[in-house]
Amino acid sequence: MTLLETKGVTKRFGGLVAVHNMDFNEEEGKIYSIIGPNGAGKTTFFNTLTGIYKPEEGAITFDGHSLVGRRPDQISALAIARTFQNIRLFGTMTVVENILVGMNNRLHQNSIGTLLHSKGFREEEESAFKRACELMDFVGLKGIGDELALNLPYGGQRRIEIARALASQPKLLLLDEPTAGMNPHETDDAIRLFRRVRDELGITILLIEHDMRVVMGISERITVMDYGEKIAEGTPAEIRSNPRVIEAYLGRGAAAEQMAEGEA
Amino acid sequence: MATNTLKRTFSRAKDFLQTEKGGIIAIIFTVAYLLVTGLLVYFFIQSLVAFLLFLASGLLVYYLPMPIKAKVIISLVAALVIIPILGIRNIFYLEVMFQICLFSSLALGLNIVVGFTGLLNLGYVAFYAVGAYTWAFFGSQQMYLLHSIPGSQPATNAFFLPADMFYLFAFVGMAVAAIVGILLGLPVLRVRGDYLAIVTLGFGEVIRVLANNLDKPINLTNGPQGITPIQQPTLPQGLQDALRVVLNPLVGHNVTQGEFYNLFFYLITLLVILVVVGVVVRLDNSKIGRAWTAIREDEVAAVAMGIPAVKMKLAAFAVAASFAGIMGVIFAANRTFVSPESFNFLQSINVLTMVILGGMGSIPGVILGAAAVTVLNLQVLQGLSLSLNELRQSGGVIPIINFAWKDLSSQLDPAKYQRLLFGLILIIMMIYRPAGLIPEKRRKRMPAGSEKPKELDNNNNSAVEANQEAHNDAS
Repeated sequence: MTLLETKGVTKRFGGLVAVHNMDFNEEEGKIYSIIGPNGAGKTTFFNTLTGIYKPEEGAITFDGHSLVGRRPDQISALAIARTFQNIRLFGTMTVVENILVGMNNRLHQNSIGTLLHSKGFREEEESAFKRACELMDFVGLKGIGDELALNLPYGGQRRIEIARALASQPKLLLLDEPTAGMNPHETDDAIRLFRRVRDELGITILLIEHDMRVVMGISERITVMDYGEKIAEGTPAEIRSNPRVIEAYLGRGAAAEQMAEGEA
Repeated sequence: MATNTLKRTFSRAKDFLQTEKGGIIAIIFTVAYLLVTGLLVYFFIQSLVAFLLFLASGLLVYYLPMPIKAKVIISLVAALVIIPILGIRNIFYLEVMFQICLFSSLALGLNIVVGFTGLLNLGYVAFYAVGAYTWAFFGSQQMYLLHSIPGSQPATNAFFLPADMFYLFAFVGMAVAAIVGILLGLPVLRVRGDYLAIVTLGFGEVIRVLANNLDKPINLTNGPQGITPIQQPTLPQGLQDALRVVLNPLVGHNVTQGEFYNLFFYLITLLVILVVVGVVVRLDNSKIGRAWTAIREDEVAAVAMGIPAVKMKLAAFAVAASFAGIMGVIFAANRTFVSPESFNFLQSINVLTMVILGGMGSIPGVILGAAAVTVLNLQVLQGLSLSLNELRQSGGVIPIINFAWKDLSSQLDPAKYQRLLFGLILIIMMIYRPAGLIPEKRRKRMPAGSEKPKELDNNNNSAVEANQEAHNDAS
């Protein structure tokens, strides 16, 4: 079943067309990737999906709902969660609080219950806290719940950002360069984590990634963007041998060379 | 070396106080301190130093590790028994305590907007004005003067509403201020950061100017002359007489009705502040409070995590405004007079100073900030001015430079340097302690003794603090 579908999505900034006529589909329960050189419009595409930007043209459908014109918080409530390219944790809040913020849409406490500390409120807070601890365990961080997020090492912050996104019980998880700045060992851990998110929690994943090891190793389908347009789409094997992709990444001359080598 | 030894002794003392035996010693010490300073104030009723020492017992209660029950009992005894007795002996102390509670409530409200949610509001006093004018209008004879020129006397002595409607209007003032907060928030929250500060500053002035000019075409506010008299709630004669039986021997004179009113307003602001603190603490530890702080930390991420930013900001404005609104009603009744001058821009800055001095986002910090600024304003500076005046009149001469006190220019009166001092406080705090006197602490929730990964163990406190400071600098 198609979970996410975009048709002809276009986002302009003044004269600059950041995303042009983007068609994209993702099946439920898959891991897809978007790759492309810097400035290709990948993150802008993510931002139009999550409602941070409003596309000028095109339609976005998620799980039977149109997303165009909805606010980011409403889109989050429809079960899309994301992480950011440059980690955006709530620095001076504790790790547990960061994850609890992610649960915002799933908590039903009202202001009266909060002020009176009603039984329902206390029980919900308690179970939310327990779930936050489970999520910390899930991403492989134990016992750091009371640390301020800004005091965590880089890899830990990346994991907490994922835990925070998972806290909103998403159907679709958008990861924006989740392994940027990681060493090979950390990257391997991250790949394992993404697989577990899909296999154990059944969450569909869409990644933006530069690290080809991650992209080729984990994705079922890859979409390549360049100058705001989709230039190729296919399985990792198809993408690896696609001349337009090689050209986009290495330049025309290098692409020709590589092609010639392949023929020889 | 000496500092090291001192540090070791200090940390050992701290460890000892954490034990059960240490807790009892802490209780005994605090009670003894409270009694000694209380007696000092009792016998040296004019002494500023004694009163400041007495107020410092609040810090002891806050900082010394004691069982929560002990803290509550000590605070209640101090607030409900000791302060009323001392305050009736020297009525000025009740006024100081009243203002501390009043400004604490304002500062706690502003703290929700500025400290928790990170929206700089420079017109906060407008909500206070809205509350004050709500009761000023309905609790005075202004209703009979709608069509007369400002300053004219009403035909009858009758008030429009009975005095005890004050209690109802405490809530009405709260609601009106909250509604004004939301109405202001709707257009204003589209702008961010510095622009928000400018717009709220403008709003604060607009409300003051409105109060100043709404004497025509219909005389709603009586213009710059202000509204007076405003009713105070009635204090039953029987209750006063009953209290006199207890209080007269303790304070050493016959307690007057005016003194009872001072006591009444102190107690009612104390009650409000207790409720306000409870509300703020509970909101802070809920979905709402977390949403506010998340917006402060990173609005884009907060919104992407499903927080409806506009709604939460409006909620912050409304809650903050309601605290100011109820205190406005109490202020109007306490003074029996309101005029636009009570709600000028400097009042907003005054409350902001309290929040920054105490620690943005920190509830105990903000209360300490309110107390410190109020005491500084009302007592320390005035006290210095007074003693300088005495020196002037004593005809004394400063030795060595041979300077007669009476030649000292009256321009050097410390009370005149209030604003300068506030400015200095703000600058010094921003440079040396940007997180305030009592910095914000996040609630610890992990069960004690849970395992901690090794990499974080190296993070000793100083590193954490350094990080925090770096973060504060950055933001």
